[in-house]
Amino acid sequence: MTAELRATGLRVEFTTRSGRVARALDGADLVVRAGEVVALVGESGSGKTTLARSLVGLTRPVAGEVTWDGKPMNRSTRGLKELRRHVQLVLQDPSGALNPRHTVYEAVAEGLRVHKLVARSDKTETELVANALASAGLRPPEALFLRYPHELSGGQRQRVLIAGALAVAPQLLIADEPVSSLDASIRGEILALLLRLREQLGLGVLVVTHDLGLAWNIADRIVVMYLGRVVEAGPTEDVLTSPQHPYTQALLSVVPEMEGLEPIVLRGEIPDPTRIPAGCRFHPRCPALASGEADEVADACRRTPLPVLPADPEGHRSACHLVAARGGVSTSSTDQEEVST
Amino acid sequence: MSTTLLELRDLHVTYATGDGPLPAVRGVDLSVERGQIVGVAGESGCGKSTLASTVLRLQAANASVTGEVLLNGKDVLTMKWGELRAVRWAGASIVFQGALHSLNPVHRIGAQIAEPLHVHTPGLNDDAIGRRIGDLLEQVGLDADRARSYPHQLSGGQKQRVMIAMALACDPELVVADEPTTALDVMVQAQVLSVLSDLVRERGVGMMMISHDLSVLADLCDRITVMYAGRVVEEGPAEKVFAAPLHPYSEALSAAFPRVGDPAARFAPSGLPGDPPDPRNLPGGCSFAPRCPRAADVCLPAEPALASYDEGRTAACVRIEPSGELVETTTSDGAHP
Amino acid sequence: MSAEVTAEATPARLSARQLARRRRIEAWRRGWRQFRGHRSGMIGLGILVFFVVVALAAPLLADKSGLDVTTADGPVLGAPSADYWLGTDENGRSVLTLLIWGARISLFVGLFATLISMVIGTLLGLVSGYFGGWVGRLTFRLTEWFLVIPFLPLAIVLATVLGRSLFNIVLVIGVTSWPGTALLIRSQTLTIKERPYVERAQAIGAGRWHQIGKHVLPNVMPMVFANTTLTVAIAILSETTLSFLGLGDPTRTSWGTMLDSAFEVGAITTGCWWYIVPPGVCVVLVVLSFTPIGQALEEIFNPRLKSVS
Repeated sequence: MTAELRATGLRVEFTTRSGRVARALDGADLVVRAGEVVALVGESGSGKTTLARSLVGLTRPVAGEVTWDGKPMNRSTRGLKELRRHVQLVLQDPSGALNPRHTVYEAVAEGLRVHKLVARSDKTETELVANALASAGLRPPEALFLRYPHELSGGQRQRVLIAGALAVAPQLLIADEPVSSLDASIRGEILALLLRLREQLGLGVLVVTHDLGLAWNIADRIVVMYLGRVVEAGPTEDVLTSPQHPYTQALLSVVPEMEGLEPIVLRGEIPDPTRIPAGCRFHPRCPALASGEADEVADACRRTPLPVLPADPEGHRSACHLVAARGGVSTSSTDQEEVST
Repeated sequence: MSTTLLELRDLHVTYATGDGPLPAVRGVDLSVERGQIVGVAGESGCGKSTLASTVLRLQAANASVTGEVLLNGKDVLTMKWGELRAVRWAGASIVFQGALHSLNPVHRIGAQIAEPLHVHTPGLNDDAIGRRIGDLLEQVGLDADRARSYPHQLSGGQKQRVMIAMALACDPELVVADEPTTALDVMVQAQVLSVLSDLVRERGVGMMMISHDLSVLADLCDRITVMYAGRVVEEGPAEKVFAAPLHPYSEALSAAFPRVGDPAARFAPSGLPGDPPDPRNLPGGCSFAPRCPRAADVCLPAEPALASYDEGRTAACVRIEPSGELVETTTSDGAHP
Repeated sequence: MSAEVTAEATPARLSARQLARRRRIEAWRRGWRQFRGHRSGMIGLGILVFFVVVALAAPLLADKSGLDVTTADGPVLGAPSADYWLGTDENGRSVLTLLIWGARISLFVGLFATLISMVIGTLLGLVSGYFGGWVGRLTFRLTEWFLVIPFLPLAIVLATVLGRSLFNIVLVIGVTSWPGTALLIRSQTLTIKERPYVERAQAIGAGRWHQIGKHVLPNVMPMVFANTTLTVAIAILSETTLSFLGLGDPTRTSWGTMLDSAFEVGAITTGCWWYIVPPGVCVVLVVLSFTPIGQALEEIFNPRLKSVS
């Protein structure tokens, strides 16, 4: 039985200074299981970070539910604490996420102390901390015990953050932009670490990123978000070689050095979350609608809102009127792989 | 009239710090022609931003510079103050990294774009300036009435485009763009890059673009120079440097941004061990050797010089044959064939 | 900064806690070295140490019986002479003796009042900064309310109501000077609680008090220390003022009471400068000494946090 984290119909709203309601997350379903790497992809304003934070209870949704291992999230202090023992969030920006006055030892031991895990284990706190640091690729771990964050490089800091999350032996890791602030040549090391954790510890990993290349590198499944909703989800190979949703197609086409695709540069930017377009929220920028390709469903695009895309751990689905009209809503096509080089 | 807009000759920049001299740039040659986009690829500590700052003699006060920075044949480093001021922005301009912090939050966008105009063309009246600002904003894909906005009212991508508009205000011949699309979403990045390439095409502007993302440079630039630890380690046509790199560091940079759709990149993230070097603590010999998967004893005595290869390419590595093939060796420690 | 981590010669015997303690001592030494390099800070510290030593060594420097009015046999308001280096007061007591013993009271009051002020101020500042809702709002309003009340009238009222004793003066000053500290701590807390590492603690599963105690407070403390030095200065001045106004403890001598007595006997008009100038100068010197100390401390605490390799 694999542990799974499931979000259903999550909605997160906040009121802006001018009094309008911004819907950062407008109904999202997601499922992540131990042992798989899922990439949550989107641009800024897509709601991906909000979704990740809601999954560990850092952001309170106004609607929807999160279940862990089949049980609904208990929002009491104790319930959240219990959840965070199993689902750990690794924050973006390693230089800010570590308390500058705490040593590496203290940063990693914090989780152990908060959850009183040393008493439950037959190892000492020092051993557990050393193990966590070693699992994160920092060897020999003792040499780093007394260093301060400002004495470490960006890559080392990121590893310390990961070690801190590993120390509590979670089953799921949520990594928010794990490599975006790191130098290019060491990104691969951190990504390789995440993959290793999946192999050796059976962890599930949800990687929040705007980088499709990263998803291609390490993700089993990919979930694409736009303006607070999931617009496409499925196995990485399927989605990135045969994208269904026009947004995914456009996003893929503008990845630099992307071969075989004519770049579709969308006009304008992601709309204000206080003014979500009617009908399909992507329709004002949709190239398929603009070019006439979607004429058969144009009316629906402009007027009929789409239902929340259900989380399907196996299939490849899109929330799009055109895709639905062409009968491609749920394609589970893991056998036919079009590999374009 | 020469078509070479910018030429850097044996540029050395050393910072005088409390802990001793910090050599940021150690002998770089570079050139940008009219209508050409040259990419400079590298990570933190390689000296690329320092390089960019010398083009307009904007390097830090504690930096000592030797070599030549020739803008249209005239050395920026030895120019008289008046001439330098005239060159700044009208001859060449810079799009700075981190647009978030380069815009003054208490002034409107229009006023900030107008600033260089006021300095270089004091005779223009307000109407003319207003029109010029509107033109510039439209050129970068923003509405002209955005001139009345404050920076906090714009998104990251819009701010970056304002920075580009500012850089164009005085019709420069050369634009230096320092990490113009880092921290931008991929779609916004595509928009900004398309603005930049239109610029070069339509106005014959020369551009030097700096980034750590080799794939972005490969897409946009004509030629790429790869820097490591203050030196050039490879130079050549953009596509070739990205797709078939000679120097092991270029190879690592190229692999850091895997191509979507490439089956070889599935579940095979590749990175380099260690970190970019501290300029104060450079190892003797090849500065890349500590991290290089192909390092061998022959790399240790001296810093390799740039050698020429086919198709106008150069690379600084002693482990490459003249044909461009990797040297076949079975030397001792650490040589990975 | 190589990711290749080199093992230091750390004896495996020592636990991480002991190593951490050693590390902290190292940090103190480093801070002290930095302080030593700050010239004005060292001068300020020197002056302060001088006065503290004088205060502590009072019994050695001047006989306590010199304070006794009944046994005083010096000339009334006598000018400085060989016997009485700083002259005598209206009772015939040596002004120098009064000055030395007065240092005790002035410094004692200054330090203890500051302690009270800091404790209240830091606590309320933390609470109003960290907690939202009615708790935060209430404490903030309380702080603002106390801030607006003019110090002197409040101090006079309290001193009159509570009576004229040393302890009460300490209390009065402490209770009226905490709002400044509280506001400073509050704004610092507001900034720090948004920092990613506080959120990380939350994501790890830490509760509120853990976050406050382990993350917010330690990062607020540097500001508390820097502010303390200034508060001590204000406390000493306040004591001097209150004593000068006649609200001090009549049985004890402080620099402020000396000034009060000098004023009352008309020392200014009669030209008895030795009664007015020494206590005044001492107050000024002590107060002034704190400013460069506070500045040096701020410089030390900030760059360390800012320095990123």
